[in-house]
Amino acid sequence: MAGVETSKHAGEEMGLHTEPLKGRDIKTMFSLENEGGYAYAFAQDVDFNKRGSVDCQDKEATEINNEIRDLIKSGHGTIVLENPGAKHSVIVGILHRMNFIVNGSLGYFGCGLLDGPTVRISGRVGWSFAENMMAGVCVVEKNAGSTFGAAIRGGDLVCKGSVGSRTGIDQKGGTILVGGDTGAFSGFMMQRGRMVVCGNAGKNLGDSMYDGTIFVGGEIKDLGVDAIPAKLTDLDKAWLTRKLTQYDMMPDKGVDHFTKIVAGKQLWSYDNLEPSEKKLVL
Amino acid sequence: MCGIAGLIHRNGTSNVGQEMTSMLQALKHRGPDSTGFAIYGEPEENTFILRFKVAEQEDLHGALKIHEEIKRRKDAVDETLKTLGVKVMELKDATEYAFRYEIQYDGDMKLLSDHIEDIEGAEILSIGSALELIKDLGDASVVSGAYGLGNFSGTHGIGHTRMATESDVDIRSAHPYWAYPYSDIAVVHNGQITNYWLMRRQLEREGQRFVSNCDSELLAVYVATSLEKGMTLEDTLKKSIEEIDGVFTYLVTTKDQLGMAKDSMAAKPMVLYETDDMVALASEEVAIRAIVPHEIDTWDPYDEEVRVWQA
Repeated sequence: MAGVETSKHAGEEMGLHTEPLKGRDIKTMFSLENEGGYAYAFAQDVDFNKRGSVDCQDKEATEINNEIRDLIKSGHGTIVLENPGAKHSVIVGILHRMNFIVNGSLGYFGCGLLDGPTVRISGRVGWSFAENMMAGVCVVEKNAGSTFGAAIRGGDLVCKGSVGSRTGIDQKGGTILVGGDTGAFSGFMMQRGRMVVCGNAGKNLGDSMYDGTIFVGGEIKDLGVDAIPAKLTDLDKAWLTRKLTQYDMMPDKGVDHFTKIVAGKQLWSYDNLEPSEKKLVL
Repeated sequence: MCGIAGLIHRNGTSNVGQEMTSMLQALKHRGPDSTGFAIYGEPEENTFILRFKVAEQEDLHGALKIHEEIKRRKDAVDETLKTLGVKVMELKDATEYAFRYEIQYDGDMKLLSDHIEDIEGAEILSIGSALELIKDLGDASVVSGAYGLGNFSGTHGIGHTRMATESDVDIRSAHPYWAYPYSDIAVVHNGQITNYWLMRRQLEREGQRFVSNCDSELLAVYVATSLEKGMTLEDTLKKSIEEIDGVFTYLVTTKDQLGMAKDSMAAKPMVLYETDDMVALASEEVAIRAIVPHEIDTWDPYDEEVRVWQA
């Protein structure tokens, strides 16, 4: 494939993968030396100070998303959505570093497949918000529905209110921060990354998790299969303090009371997998 | 997939017919096959509203001599009512095959229901002092328009947009379900009940009747049977989560209450909006926003959550 570099880079030297990767997107995402490679080759060069807006009133999701793309094409780096009206599937597949400000609430499958943007939402979001997010920041000021941050791979996903069930199901990386409570089966089949819940967690927390870490500030109804408590280290406390302060979510009583949950690793021989097999799983 | 919605006004009446129409129209994409409403008006003393049908909509397009047959069936219902001493105060035909009677009757409701449903093709959609249950093929606007729900004043209601997965596309399988033969109780449901046949046979052994093979009907019969035994609506809903297997969220209405129950997996969606004046619930927030267009605070009820609100 044209334009594909074949030289070994740091990621390969660290043993993250042993087989040659193919394709420009995969190669650039794993290239630690090439900072520019973290942006997609086709990503539009936008000006963060160039601000545009989309009025979502009486528009279908496709129309709204097309207007967003038109604004990006014309170099707008900050886009404001007015009257979103809890519509579904808005702000999806954005692969640019840019800003979104949503004045209101989004419905189901909002902000899916993001890779790079910073999104601030003043209202609430429905089911499956930020599904498969790869990088960037999403901050929701109110509540969120179930499967919040399903299968995210990177970035910071923040809900300052409470979230529904199955938060971070199949989480593969990144950080999920919840200011309030989370429902049942949160962290189900979690594979990597961190989840922080300042309030209470519902039943079966971390069920069948492969890896990753869950921190809960309130009560845990019960733990799922193979999820076990672990010692909260000073490094954990420092990280929690930094993250929660960053998003203005620091509890009054600090972070010392948080419970740390990790995988017992009794269900799968996950660590015995070859890197190439690991890549297939993830 | 199916979409469900519910609404209750805590301080008086409103145009619940139009409000439910707007909510269900916003959920059209979740179920295009049929739409149903169970809405509660202001009851009049000693008066019941009887809604029944004597044919399916699709019968009009194929069945031989169906128009004569519909007339014959309706005449048979009228004759049965007369025989049982039912006084018909007002009669309206919403469509050629569905009717609304205002009746006065102080006898056994089960006897009345059984006799009407003994007539070929006749099915009671609802009997209630406040409940009116309307369901038909088409989206909310079509059904609401055909049955004149645009100016229906009442306190509360539930509704359903159906995507048929386990039974036919017809009125018989459409939601809501009336809890035969108990007046004023209706149910809408989104989900699948996995111990349906076990529970159905158990209820049938207790003398309950089912008209469809739709698992949602089980909930209506189950709730009504429990209420009949003296349980409160809240306790009934809690018990249902323990005894009924599957993934489900369902709404129940009685003459003056709206209840909600969510299964232990929390696998089916529900968004809740609650104020001092009203409570609105729906599978998606867009349905609530259809009647409350400004920014609102909503949340998802959790697993095994049961709520009951009073009109």
